[in-house]
Amino acid sequence: MTEHGKPVVPTNAALDEWQPLRGLTRARIGLGRSGNAQRTTDVLAFQAAHAQARDAVHAPLDVQGMERQLHGAPCLHVQSRAADRATYLRRPDLGRRLCEDSLHMLRKEEWDVVFVAADGLSSIATQTNAIPFFQAMQPLLRGWRIAPLVIATQSRVAIGDEIAQAMGARLVVMMIGERPGLSVADSLGIYLTYAPYVGCPDSLRNCLSNIHAHGMTIPVGASKLAWLMQEAERLGLTGVGLKDAAPDKVLGKNTLSLHDKDTDA
Amino acid sequence: MGYRHRLGGESYHFPDLKTLLAVASSTRSGDQLAGLAAQSDAQRMAARYALADVPLRSFVQTALVPYEEDEVTRLIVDTHDANAFSPIAHMTVGEFRDWLLSHEADTVSLARIAPGITPEMAAAVSKLMRNQDMMSVARKIQVITKFRNTIGLPGCLSSRLQPNHPTDDLKGIAASTLDGLLYGMGDAVIGINPATDSVANGLALLDMLDQARQLYDIPTQTCVLTHVTNTLEIMNRGGAVDLVFQSVAGTQKANEGFGVSLAILREAHEAALALGRGTVGQNVMYFETGQGAALSAGAHHGIDQQTVEARAYAVARAFDPLLVNTVVGFIGPEYLYDGKQVIRAGLEDHFCAKLMGVPMGCDACYTNHAEVDQDDMDNLMTLLGVAGITFLIGVPGADDIMLNYQSLSFHDILTLRHMLGARPAPEFAAWLERMGLYDPLANQMRPLALEQTPLARLIGAA
Repeated sequence: MTEHGKPVVPTNAALDEWQPLRGLTRARIGLGRSGNAQRTTDVLAFQAAHAQARDAVHAPLDVQGMERQLHGAPCLHVQSRAADRATYLRRPDLGRRLCEDSLHMLRKEEWDVVFVAADGLSSIATQTNAIPFFQAMQPLLRGWRIAPLVIATQSRVAIGDEIAQAMGARLVVMMIGERPGLSVADSLGIYLTYAPYVGCPDSLRNCLSNIHAHGMTIPVGASKLAWLMQEAERLGLTGVGLKDAAPDKVLGKNTLSLHDKDTDA
Repeated sequence: MGYRHRLGGESYHFPDLKTLLAVASSTRSGDQLAGLAAQSDAQRMAARYALADVPLRSFVQTALVPYEEDEVTRLIVDTHDANAFSPIAHMTVGEFRDWLLSHEADTVSLARIAPGITPEMAAAVSKLMRNQDMMSVARKIQVITKFRNTIGLPGCLSSRLQPNHPTDDLKGIAASTLDGLLYGMGDAVIGINPATDSVANGLALLDMLDQARQLYDIPTQTCVLTHVTNTLEIMNRGGAVDLVFQSVAGTQKANEGFGVSLAILREAHEAALALGRGTVGQNVMYFETGQGAALSAGAHHGIDQQTVEARAYAVARAFDPLLVNTVVGFIGPEYLYDGKQVIRAGLEDHFCAKLMGVPMGCDACYTNHAEVDQDDMDNLMTLLGVAGITFLIGVPGADDIMLNYQSLSFHDILTLRHMLGARPAPEFAAWLERMGLYDPLANQMRPLALEQTPLARLIGAA
């Protein structure tokens, strides 16, 4: 009956005329009203979706399940300094740093790139999309020295900087769960950073966001990222400098605005 | 030196004005994250007592971020209007609160002092005010701005129609726009946050919005909320730019984090003025702000998040904006933890901006990782409505499918207009009436079927 709490069947026959328009957007258009207010069905659908989104924020990442998706390819599991979800939500600073045990576990070698799959604010996004995205990148990166995948929990974007530094990787690709919305709880964000270091500003990153079944698809995202990675290697940088060199079609949103604040998930 | 107050047999000391302001602030997670919050409720009250005795002149004499280091400080200091300040120059912060609430402080006198009020003064007095105080003072203030219609008139409540789409699909955006227009939304602006922040994409979206606006001769303005440098390039290429948008914050370093400076804003402001696209006025700028932006950029200079937020209004004020809004609950629970904190922050932002003469609206919103829900948004929008908010943001069904957060629905704003007897901007209301959508006598939007309105052609045109 409902998908993420969004009504599939209109509540009123008179609203059927909106049905063709609903094919154009997943936005909650043509809801109809009682007086000025939303109808009961729509109010309940909204609240149900909100409940599901909140559950997506709080569900833990199934690390073993992700390892199984890798079919034996090497991977590492690290944790941030945020001990639990409640701390994670209030203390983004702790989510940006590796806990001591994890830091000691990482060995320094020479890699062109390390991919990190982090829970961020939606473990469901990471669970669903991160490994397929990682696998989609493999054929596009022939000749690259790719480090074992790192799975990071209670983590935010910047934890990738410390991981890359510790492992000796020149580029880090952070694949992280974006904050769930009502319609989409499984959206993945990708952040690319050249020569990352602890304390590296977000303006030195490039971002692809909204990677999910109804947004940017994995093959499209993967080919955009491959282009960005090749250019990052050629120019020796990421961030605004790379953005300026990019053809428009390749670009994700990488200039900061208030609306980007918590894509730093 | 510093500030002292005895309370309950204990003596509290605050080494400087910055610390005093921070400790006097009502509880919020962002100040706790920054290590600036009061250690106890009693300490907070001691700070408020001490703050009440601070002369307003202290805020003119004390720069919270050094003048040499920060162009926002220089802007605040260099543009301070001593004449406008003179009627309140002798007051302490506590006396200023009492005066603001007095009947003598009416619409005219509040407008007169606005250029004399610095952000720090506004923030300071708000810390001594309860929610109702901030509402009743803000309600007396009128800030009227114009482009293709008139925003901020008494008895009006405008709205931004926000038809975002995760892939910037033009027809999808047109469908959400149509939906909003049928609810009487969009008199403040029809404004898209683009999923892809690029010049080509911005041009395409602006072109679509401008064609739709011209097709129906809608007396409103459109905007793609892309970075100011993109908008400059779009203007260079002849794009249909009504308003220049930019997120701004309260310190130079925080603005650098957004990739902007006062110089680039000035350049964009002049370029937009040169286009001369406004019909009833030439307020061409649109800014967004929000508590926590400076801290999240590591650029708050030890200032509490509400005070540094108010400094962003000094940036906005310098460019005669048509619209400014705080994106109050967007930033997440590490800055504003729950409904109580979000509501208080929304009222603070609105009050401080209006006191400074800035046309403040609000994106009453929240994210799914905060302890906030739609009941909190009902409370916030109603309080802001009573306080005379300039505009609110509406998205279909309160669900923004691109930015993944919840704002107000078109229904919510319609409900609020009805409860308060508030109307859309007059030019826009007249247009809605011409289109057969609005009954001005009842102040009601008519619930029309799509086939009953020519606006449905908007989809085909996209």
